[in-house]
Amino acid sequence: MDALTALWDGAFGSSYAFWSATLVRATPLLFVGLAVAIAFRAGVLNIGAEGQLLAGAVASTAFALAAAGLPQPVVIAGMIVCGMAAGAAWAGIAALLRHRFGVLEVISTIMLNFVALNLVGWLIRGPLQEPSRINPQSATIAASARWPQLLEGHRLHLGFALAVALAVVTWWVLTRTAIGFRVRAVGASPRAAASAGLVDAPRTILGVFLASGACAGLAGASEVGGVTWALYEGISPGYGYTAIAVALLARLDPRWVVLSAVFFGALEAGAAAMQRQAGVPSVVVQAIVAVVILGVLAATRLREVAAARRTPVRAEGL
Amino acid sequence: MESILVPFLESMIRTATPLAFAALGELVTERAGVINIGLEGAIIAGCLGALVASGSLGAGAGFVGGGLAGLFMGAVFALFVVALRTDQIITGTALTLFGLGVTGTVHRYLTADGATVAAATVAPWPVPLLSDLPLLGPVLFRQPAPTYALYALVPLLAWWLQRTHGGLALRATGEHAEAARAAGIATERVRWLAILFGGMMGGLCGATLVLAQVGTFNEGMSAGRGFIAIAIVVLGRWTPLGTAGAALVFGAASALQFTFQALNWDLPYQVFLALPYVLTLLLLATLRGRAAAPAGLGR
Amino acid sequence: MTAALALRGIDKRFGVTTALTAAHCTIRRGTVHALLGENGAGKTTLMRIAFGLLRADAGELEVEGRAVRFRSSADAIAAGIGMVHQHFMLIPAMTVAENVALGGRGRFDARAAAARVRTIGAETGLHLDPDTPVRELAVGAQQRLEIIKALAHDARILILDEPTAVLAPGEAADLYAWLRRFSVRGGSAVLITHKLREALAVADDVTVLRGGRTVLESTTAAAPEDEIIAALVGERTLPPELAGEVIGAASAVRARRDAGEAPVLSLRGVGYTDPAGVVRLRDVTLEVRPGEVLGVLGVEGAGQRELLRLLAGRLEPTTGTVQRPARVGFIPEDRLQDAVIAEMSLTENLALAGAGERRGRVRWPALREQARSVVEELEVRASGVDAPMRALSGGNQQKFIVGRERAHAAGALVAENPTRGLDIRATARVRAEISAPAGNGRAGARAVVYYSSDIEEVLAVATRVVVCHAGLVREVAPGAEPGDLSPYARALVGAEL
Repeated sequence: MDALTALWDGAFGSSYAFWSATLVRATPLLFVGLAVAIAFRAGVLNIGAEGQLLAGAVASTAFALAAAGLPQPVVIAGMIVCGMAAGAAWAGIAALLRHRFGVLEVISTIMLNFVALNLVGWLIRGPLQEPSRINPQSATIAASARWPQLLEGHRLHLGFALAVALAVVTWWVLTRTAIGFRVRAVGASPRAAASAGLVDAPRTILGVFLASGACAGLAGASEVGGVTWALYEGISPGYGYTAIAVALLARLDPRWVVLSAVFFGALEAGAAAMQRQAGVPSVVVQAIVAVVILGVLAATRLREVAAARRTPVRAEGL
Repeated sequence: MESILVPFLESMIRTATPLAFAALGELVTERAGVINIGLEGAIIAGCLGALVASGSLGAGAGFVGGGLAGLFMGAVFALFVVALRTDQIITGTALTLFGLGVTGTVHRYLTADGATVAAATVAPWPVPLLSDLPLLGPVLFRQPAPTYALYALVPLLAWWLQRTHGGLALRATGEHAEAARAAGIATERVRWLAILFGGMMGGLCGATLVLAQVGTFNEGMSAGRGFIAIAIVVLGRWTPLGTAGAALVFGAASALQFTFQALNWDLPYQVFLALPYVLTLLLLATLRGRAAAPAGLGR
Repeated sequence: MTAALALRGIDKRFGVTTALTAAHCTIRRGTVHALLGENGAGKTTLMRIAFGLLRADAGELEVEGRAVRFRSSADAIAAGIGMVHQHFMLIPAMTVAENVALGGRGRFDARAAAARVRTIGAETGLHLDPDTPVRELAVGAQQRLEIIKALAHDARILILDEPTAVLAPGEAADLYAWLRRFSVRGGSAVLITHKLREALAVADDVTVLRGGRTVLESTTAAAPEDEIIAALVGERTLPPELAGEVIGAASAVRARRDAGEAPVLSLRGVGYTDPAGVVRLRDVTLEVRPGEVLGVLGVEGAGQRELLRLLAGRLEPTTGTVQRPARVGFIPEDRLQDAVIAEMSLTENLALAGAGERRGRVRWPALREQARSVVEELEVRASGVDAPMRALSGGNQQKFIVGRERAHAAGALVAENPTRGLDIRATARVRAEISAPAGNGRAGARAVVYYSSDIEEVLAVATRVVVCHAGLVREVAPGAEPGDLSPYARALVGAEL
């Protein structure tokens, strides 16, 4: 009971807990959750949000360090663009491998995650290492590159607003535009999309890869600009993997991804508090996340089976 | 020169051993057409299982405990993927998180009052005579027992895949399940068994890590080995010998970093750590790499 | 002499449809037996029962004089029956020897398996290198392998389902020659086929199924071709009123053609070879003019599938040129795979047509309005245009698709077995709506291409008929009597006119 109280207090118990812990943790989850949701919507199994996030973090850090002298809006805009471009490019490798060589994106994106991880490891001990060359991390970005806080005295930063805006835009594109409709059609049935709609499925899938990578890359930029202010190895404690749970719980609907990301952000924030106050290990959250995914999977599947049973074999009449 | 080479090679094989266990298991699973990216969960479960069992019953029991823990994770995966036909990727991801979360939690409780749970460990066991061979002796034959088990397992598995009807049935299931069924093969059972074997081997990977290398349990100590194992299977082009070789490549990459540190070379060892993955991607991009993958993988 | 294989009084139902009624068939030892019938006559079902893949609801099965009851195909294989499926059951990544050995137990002796393949080759003339991976084999060699697989299990009775559908003419001749030798040595073969001429040339006996019943059992020598065709087609002439319709429509079209209206769809010297290297269409030249309903007939694998997709712009030709409007409406056979997305709403499924070319925002209110008008016009029974497609019955789904395609592409419409699985009322409506002239206030007439596996259905709607046989497409003129079906039935099975 103490543990649950601590969990709740850590996530929602105070305005600080909510604005500075829960929502701050929800921000990267929202970005990567959207990345996964977009990809899965089109049937693209992008397991590489983690690597794309890191690519975005690297590019935006490099830009922030190089452009320190420029006005703040320019630096921040540049970080956003660089983060998205790097994430998209990283995903683009997997897209190219699938398109040209038929490589399963599941395998290639996992490989690319590790390549990105090692790339970061090298950069922060090499070209991007801080000037004193003691710690394995980049120099801290200039104040002009730090993303503004949304509320006075709270850690919540611009990234959260961007993420929510991105969720809205993603939802709008998916439901209201021709491109979004193609994405949904290809994801639901590539055969019907091609046969009935003459949709160019490979091109649609390429676009989805890039968009998904861009969202994940933005998560990296947002973490560097809004939270860590530097690049280091543990910048993502597996956000790219938790993202799958975030997207799945939201049933791949961008609107629900917002809530789902806040839910998982709260779980993580609460778990940290739970560990501090009640001694319950915070890793239990991962087990909870896993059980949520498995539960959703089993429930969905059993409902399908039940639905199939209800439909008897019969002549198809009027 | 030998003073550098021998420790390097010895460390390469030591690092490769747990990787090879996991990768050979995943190899069998993938040859049945199933990709288990939840292998990481089985490995970490194996780590904890080995710790708990060995702590009270000795190192031998540790391997059994690790294998059983991995087997359990395999059973959960098979239940979802084969019986319920859920998506392999999503289920696998969940299984990884599940393994990491549950083991971390359980371990914290085991060590809650500052108690330490010590694992029984297995020391390297020099093979009489063979271990005195120049160069090869210290490299190949002064290793802990699990490494020797692999020396036997790799050719055995290669033989089994090519020269038994069980091996044929496994490959047929992964290539073209419908044709396999038409030939009278119980493909669901084949998949169950292949996944269980993969889970058990993942568990043994974890047990080897704990009992023969680290000597204790750390949260998240599987450190991505489940994913590395998947890369190894690809690099090994889905054959046991190739997989063993690919495990050595990954072993060498991480052994290099210790060598560099020992020599005080200021080279970015991350490049070497990343190299095997890049190699795997390049291989996948070539036609031969694609042809080697089971045609029904992931379906 | 006991029969190699005898089926007696076989009944089989799938849900409410009856596939076989007291069907019977006796295969004498040492003969090649042709099992003939139109699409849906029950040939394959009967043989799947003989091979243990299906269980009969009633009836008896005898193999070499002994009554048997098969629980699976493994039992049938053990009893000495082998089946070569129309779609091969081979594993491309494995070698010939491995494919032959599949399904055994214990150790796999590759050398012994290879020796077995060579021995069978020496005994039967079916030569294949045991170590070649199957993916490197041509289609004809793959079929040889399927036969070798059966023989390796000591099959004395071989069932071949449409074996020549994928073979080049020379390969087909080789196969038939081999089957003759196989029967001379005491083996028995059942040939499920549509190709009458070929079958009669090779077979000793013939059984004809029609509508799930055995209507003819005879030696080939005792049954003239006309009698077999009559048995295949049955006492079928179109009802006079329909026959009149056909003639009437046809003359109207002739009038139009005389007026020199330009064709909407045209193929010139079109050939198509599929990715597996099988030639599906050869040198097809065809025109469809506004107001015409071109009926297409063809047995499975005869090339009509590719012909329809070429006309509908869903496939590009290997050789020759195709002219067609930018939009051609298409009603594919596999509705739920190719035409609609079951989880999406009616409105979204309406939007699917043209999804590839649309830009910018989707105007959902307008599309919803269009969906409503389709629902109204074709009297689609649905709770609303936001209902998921899955909630509709097959007939209503199909009506919606017809309405959608007509609205999307006014000039040309291609339909493939559009009434498959529909009940009588739905069938009548769908058929009428597809062949209806593009009236309803819209100007201009539509060019329609209508394929059905049912001859009557095609004749009831078509103004002109072409028949596909072995990749060739030719026009078939009506017989002297109005409503006489025999010219079409003959063309379908490859008989000369």
